[in-house]
Amino acid sequence: MRNVRNALGRVDTVLLLGGRSEIGLAIVERLVRDGARRVMLAARGGTAPAEEIERLERLGAEVHLADFDAARPDTHAALIEAAAAELGDLDVVIPAFGVLGSQAVYDEDPVAAARDVAVNFGGHVSAGLAAARRLREQGHGTLVVLSSVAGVRVRRANFVYGSAKAGLDGFAQGLADSLHGSGARVVLVRPGFVIGRMTEGMTPAPMSVTVDAVADAVVDALGSGRRTVWVPPRLGPVFAVMRLLPRAIWRRLPR
Amino acid sequence: MTLLTGWGRTAPTPATLERPRSAAEAAELLTRAGRRGVVARGLGRSYGDAAQNAGGLVLDCTALGRTGPEPAWRLGSDGLVTASAGAGLHDLMTDLVPKGWFVPVTPGTRYVTVGGAVAADVHGKNHHVDSSFGAHVRSLRLLTADGTLRELTPDDELFWATVGGMGLTGVIVEATFRCVPVETSRMVVDVERTRDLDQTLEVMAETDHRYRYTVAWIDLLAGGRRMGRSVLTRGDHATTADLPARMRGDRLAFGPRPRLAAPPWVPGGLLNRATVRAFNAAWYGKAAPAAGKRLVQGIAPFFHPLDGVAGWNRMYGSRGFVQYQFAVPFGAEDTLRRVVARLSGAGVVSFLTVLKRFGQGTPAMLSFPMPGWTLALDIPAAQPGLAGLLTELDEWVAAAGGRIYLAKDSRMSAEMMAATYPRLDEWREIRWRADPGGLFVSDLARRLRLL
Repeated sequence: MRNVRNALGRVDTVLLLGGRSEIGLAIVERLVRDGARRVMLAARGGTAPAEEIERLERLGAEVHLADFDAARPDTHAALIEAAAAELGDLDVVIPAFGVLGSQAVYDEDPVAAARDVAVNFGGHVSAGLAAARRLREQGHGTLVVLSSVAGVRVRRANFVYGSAKAGLDGFAQGLADSLHGSGARVVLVRPGFVIGRMTEGMTPAPMSVTVDAVADAVVDALGSGRRTVWVPPRLGPVFAVMRLLPRAIWRRLPR
Repeated sequence: MTLLTGWGRTAPTPATLERPRSAAEAAELLTRAGRRGVVARGLGRSYGDAAQNAGGLVLDCTALGRTGPEPAWRLGSDGLVTASAGAGLHDLMTDLVPKGWFVPVTPGTRYVTVGGAVAADVHGKNHHVDSSFGAHVRSLRLLTADGTLRELTPDDELFWATVGGMGLTGVIVEATFRCVPVETSRMVVDVERTRDLDQTLEVMAETDHRYRYTVAWIDLLAGGRRMGRSVLTRGDHATTADLPARMRGDRLAFGPRPRLAAPPWVPGGLLNRATVRAFNAAWYGKAAPAAGKRLVQGIAPFFHPLDGVAGWNRMYGSRGFVQYQFAVPFGAEDTLRRVVARLSGAGVVSFLTVLKRFGQGTPAMLSFPMPGWTLALDIPAAQPGLAGLLTELDEWVAAAGGRIYLAKDSRMSAEMMAATYPRLDEWREIRWRADPGGLFVSDLARRLRLL
């Protein structure tokens, strides 16, 4: 089903969880350019970069701020309710928070690894379920789940991060099926290596993409009704093959 | 949950659909509405999301007043009709026309309910002399949020918040309105072709007052010098003397049925530039050479040509279509010209673009018609760049003091609504007094932030 609120696929309200996320803000900016008018940026401390707020306001949006901590799942349902009370029905919800630590550090610090997995997977489960409950009740709206090819087949080089994404990917597929027929839906996004602030200092992997390319693909999917988006699209068939590679070869891949 | 859309078949949303047969049943259902609220629905002819309520309750009112075998309306000797809100104009006409009475206002389809006609304050080809449906209503029975049935007359402000109020003040249960006496079930019609938009506007301004019913169909695909070329159709109810002898025997006969039905599935691109251009050229050519004077025509082909094809909305394919209908006041003819030129230049594929001169409006706060011009066109939703184009046109319409018809709209913004309906706040205030808990709500109300 296509996104509702408008016969021509435009949305009005957007909730970004992880209000400082580069990809998240790039998606929000595009939606505002296309006519979205009420935006909530939810981030730790209830702040967002002033220049981002200004940019969205200049484009015509009313920007709301809220305090959001991905590591405190007990607060997520209340935040979703507060967002709906302030913005009205939620057309698009984008949980875009996440941390990317180095595998070498995780190997030495299991507690840090567990803490990051709790954010990258657990935080998305509580926020996603809370959002889904609201979308199901209102009978429309889209939850955007930012998965990663790192979770499609987990690699030795970043298996803590990858396994959290694998969990998230499976969660999103199940949630999408459970929302079927409710009017609400999930768009599952699987980008390759994204060149941006989060990956600064790392060497880009083959078929890496920019933040803008990911944001464009998400906005396209919101308009077209597609449920799974690979960015770039050719990663879909590439990973169909990667999934079949024998373990002996897979574990020898350099990254 | 049932997936509902408007006539344009865009933006479906699920709702719990119930079908009350009486005001008491409807009142009982209101107590069961959850926090997503409730809205009444008729025959689903609003093009957009007016009769949808995502995640909430929708009352299909087409069975209201049908508890027994008797019809859902009563005809008084003076043409005063009291009808259940669920009665369809088609059924009313089938009963009333042979008795010599015609509805005061009919939109371009007979398949609307009386409740819908009031809620959208519908207009027809006689707007320039007879105003809209609400102007003919003497009283309404409205089921409000507190479960009471209120009798409203034009002296009540809630009456004028309900007329044109898109079902957001309560459930309209019954309406009493005055019908028009007719001698026959036929129309006498003058058809005339114009060569461009200027001539269309000029002829309509000069000759509209001579006819009770007038409308112009514009060939939007004609460009250059012929831009805005039109076929004007003007008519009046025929008297017995107007009829040829062979028709006088059954002068009040009325029993139209759809002659064709659109197939259940149609390829998306069926109505494309080539097919619409061919259709438009044929339609324009049919009115050749330039005019037909005093043609005798039935009520159905004159008022409701599209009702001849059941489910014609399916012809636009699975993506559906939007109808863009706006009004601008007299004096804003330049805006009208600009819009026609823009649409014509953008290659918008519109089948049946209709231009009409409006007369006086009603005191209803959210009623659409205003003295001036109205243009209505259907556009496939899949047309590339449509959202941006229509937003651009919205700005011109707003700047000219015009507005968009809520019963047709499925895509304007809340800002556009607030900027173009100056009495919105007054309406909100009255609505709020009748429904402080916000029980009545629809997708349209949420999209346009009406409450």
